[in-house]
Amino acid sequence: MSSFLTANAALIITLVKIALILFIVLTVNAYLTWFERKVVAHMQSRWGPHRVGPHGLLQPLADGAKFLLKEDPTPAGVDKFTYFLAPLMALALSLTSIAIIPFGPQSLHIFGYEIKLQIADINIGILAIYAITALSVYGVALAGWSSNSKYPLLGGLRSSAQMISYELALTMSVVGVLLMAGSFDLRAIVAQQARHAQWGFFGWNLWPQILGACCFFIAAIAETNRVPFDLPEAESELVAGFHTEYASFKFAMFFIAEYTAMITVACLIAIMFLGGWLSPFPATPFWNFTHYLPSVILIPFGLWVIWDGIRYETIFGRLVLPGIGTAMIAIGAALIVFPAANEFIQGPFWLLSKILFFLFVYVWLRGTLPRFRYDQLMSFGWKLLLPVSIANVVITAFIMLLLRSGK
Amino acid sequence: MVPTNYYLILSAILFGLGVVGFVFKRDIITIFMSIELMLNAVNLAFVAFSQARHQADGQVFVLFVIVVAAAEAAVGLGIIILTARNRQSLNVEKVDLLKL
Amino acid sequence: MTALVIFFVLAALAVLGALNLIVQRHPIHSALSLIVVMVALAALYLSMGADFVAAVQIIVYGGAIMVLFVFVIMLLNAGVEERTNASKLAGIAGIPLAVALLGFLAAAIARSPGSPEAASQTRALADTHSISMMLFSNFVYPFELTSFLILIAIIGALVLAQRERP
Repeated sequence: MSSFLTANAALIITLVKIALILFIVLTVNAYLTWFERKVVAHMQSRWGPHRVGPHGLLQPLADGAKFLLKEDPTPAGVDKFTYFLAPLMALALSLTSIAIIPFGPQSLHIFGYEIKLQIADINIGILAIYAITALSVYGVALAGWSSNSKYPLLGGLRSSAQMISYELALTMSVVGVLLMAGSFDLRAIVAQQARHAQWGFFGWNLWPQILGACCFFIAAIAETNRVPFDLPEAESELVAGFHTEYASFKFAMFFIAEYTAMITVACLIAIMFLGGWLSPFPATPFWNFTHYLPSVILIPFGLWVIWDGIRYETIFGRLVLPGIGTAMIAIGAALIVFPAANEFIQGPFWLLSKILFFLFVYVWLRGTLPRFRYDQLMSFGWKLLLPVSIANVVITAFIMLLLRSGK
Repeated sequence: MVPTNYYLILSAILFGLGVVGFVFKRDIITIFMSIELMLNAVNLAFVAFSQARHQADGQVFVLFVIVVAAAEAAVGLGIIILTARNRQSLNVEKVDLLKL
Repeated sequence: MTALVIFFVLAALAVLGALNLIVQRHPIHSALSLIVVMVALAALYLSMGADFVAAVQIIVYGGAIMVLFVFVIMLLNAGVEERTNASKLAGIAGIPLAVALLGFLAAAIARSPGSPEAASQTRALADTHSISMMLFSNFVYPFELTSFLILIAIIGALVLAQRERP
């Protein structure tokens, strides 16, 4: 038994990593929906979900139960194979792109095995993510077509045309970063930014590639069909766009696919333009006190959660919230007591906070901006975004050639 | 280690299936897709030879084949749309105005 | 050993996809089968160590060209194929002949002594860097010509898609 385990150690470690990351990503998806509803609600001066569990924290569980238990009708006249394939394809492709993202610089060393914080470390990292994004157009187009209905067909065609158009700008806006890093591998891109780590926040790729970063961010919002580019699934114009005829569980698959794509894009922006797991403070010994920032954030937040939980209205809240707060304080204290764990957690902590920041910006945009008209959307993508990203490539190449020939 | 001949036999099988599809199907879009299948089979042979000889030339040529296939698909599908509009059918046997 | 297993699985997937392309009667199912063939071939390229070509195959072929096919099928509202008037005898007599031809071809390939050593797991020269060096030095003339070719294709598609002038 143990010899079987040691012989196939790499395979078993990868399988365990896949299961763990799938679980984490699906949970983050669920709580991202809670986060979005709460934030948009507070921006609109109302409470979001606050009845199901303390502060509405059990709302995703209720939604999940609804998706599982609701009736799942199949309309007449649909093309059965394509109707069932489309949400499956969308979900599978979105979840696959998480496998290529590295979550930290150092590897765990358990029982002598080195476990990287990444499932697939291939040297065409970003290109593989683009391949998966290119295939995810099918999920939308086939869903719209196979529904045998007017509004889904229109929504599906519009959405897939939008996704293809903005895919070009998405790809070109990253070429500047690739020129600077010299490799497709995501770890190499962060390593190139780590070469300027002594400047901290100002050594990230955001500053030399500000055009590329803006283009990438805008194109990514269009690629994931989020506001202000969500006309294809606009609730007031097209019923629900390409997923009108999809009911409980298949709709949940599209939903999870969209939010997972958001998370992937947030990870990519954080890694390529914002230094990934690098701290915004310079990496010199003078700034070593900032390594305690995770604990400094966790412990007061945990105290606040306990204080809020003690006075909460329901008894369940009075039990659960102080428990969560105590767990946070325990983790924060453990990080102070064990410096090795603290050093290990620095990378993932900064990456996760940048991802969270971008998810907040996505949700903020949803609560604030109106949506584009379709022709405005297409002309913006082709006539403004694509030329600007190509210009970014030319300027970056020119400046790099100047700097290199100057030596 | 997979011998090169295995890749070549697979390429020949795919090419043959492409030819069968090209000859026997009547829907013009399916015929066009059989052409793309033949091009893919040729790409496979190119990459297999490129790896066998440890040179990158084969893969560069694959890039060119893909670009040419893209250009051909764009123009070809434009022609298909026009033909379908003119003859109101996607059946190649209906495109017979020049027949005696 | 695992390389052989991976090869046979992917090869079977590609051949089944190609067979499905021929056998299916609705063009959208044929298009989906062709996408399966392309992804299987891209996985084969990856197993051979040609990762850049694999990524380009999926992005350009699977993500752009086949999307164009699927759009055209949707816009033309293509239906199921009609029955043909071809003779059944030709089909029945032709299949054994085709298999025989294929068998001769495969035997000729398998017995040819010309192929050098194995063709997988080598990452020797074919990474992105060497491909790009070759593309911009030896093959720069065809490279510039392909840009003209794409321009011609764009203009051609625009002209073909114009509405008739009243």
